[in-house]
Amino acid sequence: MSAAGPDGAREAEVEVVRAGALTTVQDLGRPGHAHLGVPRSGALDEPAHRLANRLVGNRAHAATLETTLTGCAVRVRRAVTVAVTGAPSPVTVGGRPAAWGAAVHVPAGAVVEVGRAAAGLRAYLAFAGGIEVEPVLGSRATDLLSGLGPPPLADGAVLPVGAPHGRPADADTAVWRGPARELVLPVALGPRDDWFTAAALHTLATGRFTVSPAGNRIGLRTHGPALERARGGELPSEGMVLGAVQVPPDGRPVVFLADHPTTGGYPVVGVVPARALAAAAQAVPGTPVRFVPFRPRTAAVRHPVVPDGTRPPGGYGG
Amino acid sequence: MRVLPVGEHALLLEADTGEEAAAWHAELLRRREAGTLPPVREIVPAARTVLLDGLDGPDAVRRLAAGLAGLRPQTAPGPARAAVEIPVRYDGPDLAEVARMWGVAPGEVAAVHSAVEFRVAFCGFAPGFGYLAGLPERYGVPRRATPRASVPAGAVALAGTWTGVYPRPSPGGWQLIGTTDTVLWDTARTPAALLSPGVRVRFVPVVPVAPVAPEPAG
Repeated sequence: MSAAGPDGAREAEVEVVRAGALTTVQDLGRPGHAHLGVPRSGALDEPAHRLANRLVGNRAHAATLETTLTGCAVRVRRAVTVAVTGAPSPVTVGGRPAAWGAAVHVPAGAVVEVGRAAAGLRAYLAFAGGIEVEPVLGSRATDLLSGLGPPPLADGAVLPVGAPHGRPADADTAVWRGPARELVLPVALGPRDDWFTAAALHTLATGRFTVSPAGNRIGLRTHGPALERARGGELPSEGMVLGAVQVPPDGRPVVFLADHPTTGGYPVVGVVPARALAAAAQAVPGTPVRFVPFRPRTAAVRHPVVPDGTRPPGGYGG
Repeated sequence: MRVLPVGEHALLLEADTGEEAAAWHAELLRRREAGTLPPVREIVPAARTVLLDGLDGPDAVRRLAAGLAGLRPQTAPGPARAAVEIPVRYDGPDLAEVARMWGVAPGEVAAVHSAVEFRVAFCGFAPGFGYLAGLPERYGVPRRATPRASVPAGAVALAGTWTGVYPRPSPGGWQLIGTTDTVLWDTARTPAALLSPGVRVRFVPVVPVAPVAPEPAG
């Protein structure tokens, strides 16, 4: 339900002046519906989204705007507190420089602009009260795979903003670890590491990969050496998780991000822990990628347990 | 059944057959309902597997895996519910090609297909898109060599022995045998998805066809 003031009018609206390369509404997504084929979606750099909300006094699930490289500009129709986090970007209000990573007051009628990211890829613009488009399955997030949620922002679009319900945080710290010179991604091996040759797993650990420009909210794609399969044939479709490192027939690993499909038929060599995915969301094309495979502590669940570490026979080969 | 690690918060049960996976899925839903399954965010069945995602951490994953290893699922895949009926016009552009591959006359495809009771094995590809199991192996057909750039919503389609109904217009490589006006996915209603895993489905030809044996010889 949209927030309404005493006179029954919407509390606030923002008008998109410059949508930018790709700006979407994001929150914490719609987990819990994967069995219906519904991706989780939600902010790719979740810590940055949460921080932006904290800075303006929102709860974590309030919707923010996620920009891609070129930022965006919106005109606010009522005075509102905003904050920009994620990729460090120039912020202006009414054309004047304003703080990144802090609560900023925007007077009625003024344009708040997030400029081109100086580092990283995705900035988050939070409004006190949150973007209050109609939720779908409990979330306002734009899901680019399945088309759920509002469409990406377009110039001239108008978005409702809810009533502020918390005090902006006046002392919080926007952390930016600096642009990653190298994206280091731990990979918990499994469930289908046995679909790859020992040489392929060595290549995963030692190969020189870079972030491909073909990546998107569905997955981070990589350039680099191909991972060779130990077996042919098709894997029957199985459930996919956030951070899954799926290897399509071309052998180049794809790291699944928030809009990933819920099932897939290419083998998953391992899974990148969610805590490492914020950095993946901020890695610009060309960034070197180093995968660090490890055997997860859960690996003992593999049955039957083979003491010498070789793989049990069976599976879907042939 | 094997239990495979999937990161630090999930595990994958891998069964030998689709039926066994369905039995495990039903078993896990019952356990969640009864409160005897540790908290999980997602239970995602698929062709031969069930994914349990959103466990608390590696220790929870290990404990659950150990607990499941000694179990046998009940064989009945859930309580019997009336099948969802989907009216279909068997008028798809690939009907003749499917008939040729099946070795039947085009007019017989409807009779064969509508005689089968399907079960939603899992969902994927798009919200509300169910992979329906039930066609006998000999009616399996390959995907089209060249996928269509756009398949209309309501298209009833085959790939392998799966049947699916496209919930919305999208690209697709399945063989189109018919069309339905039934709405598969509508986020304005509850539940949004007409088909969820475990649901039984029958396709009802809107133009009556002469009854034939459900599984003609040959």
